[in-house]
Amino acid sequence: MTYTQLGLIGVIVVIALDLFVFQTRLVRRRVFWVAYAIIIFFQLVTNGVLTGLRIVRYDGDAIIGSSTPTDGPPPFLGDGRIAFAPVEDLLFGFSLVLLTLVLWVWWGRRGVQRTAWSGPPVESLRTVLGYQSPPE
Amino acid sequence: MSRLAYLGVLAFALLGTAWLEVFLRTRVYARWRRLSLAVAPVVVVFVLWDLYAIAQNHWTFDPERTSGLLLPGGLPIDEVLFFIVIPIASVLTLEAVRSVKRWEVGDEVPGTCVNGVRVSDGER
Repeated sequence: MTYTQLGLIGVIVVIALDLFVFQTRLVRRRVFWVAYAIIIFFQLVTNGVLTGLRIVRYDGDAIIGSSTPTDGPPPFLGDGRIAFAPVEDLLFGFSLVLLTLVLWVWWGRRGVQRTAWSGPPVESLRTVLGYQSPPE
Repeated sequence: MSRLAYLGVLAFALLGTAWLEVFLRTRVYARWRRLSLAVAPVVVVFVLWDLYAIAQNHWTFDPERTSGLLLPGGLPIDEVLFFIVIPIASVLTLEAVRSVKRWEVGDEVPGTCVNGVRVSDGER
């Protein structure tokens, strides 16, 4: 199988685990998508370093785009790449992140160190983060 | 120096999220047993994926800019650390958003209050 095919299968399997097997339903929660938006930004930065510097190199037979060139960086955008990385890496990353969070929430629900929950932020950061105290 | 390039990226992810534990009180490292139970299966699944991809030549690693420590199957130790560091950073991010927004995540005890709204049994 190609990386493209595996990437798509990975996303479908992990979403099915979230919705039907573990029933954590993270993909239906606002908290997940806001966290993922932050994560994907930093994924593009760090993965851009790994792929732009050709620390990790890809074979054109496995991805939508072409092989990582041997004489210079791959395209920043285009030829199936986003921030130097193959678009398939976004599928891979989504599966990695969602599977982790599904298991984290699931173990918590099972009662493994469910509490104390996170927060609140330290006093000095509350204003800058837009934190609002919970209603009574 | 360049052999530490990949590990440097991982250090960035680790240090870039560690402050959340202190300043947003994410309590992720504090709950290290739950964290380990969540991350361990992820490491297994993605190491298997990685080994398959390496065997199929989907991707290769620059030996000059990875640690050079290879596990059986040609898997750089850097990659294994990636599958530990990125999940930890992801959980820290989720709990950081919860810390600030107090949105329901799905592990709340039924009947307790989140953001002033009672968690229903039906939602679970």
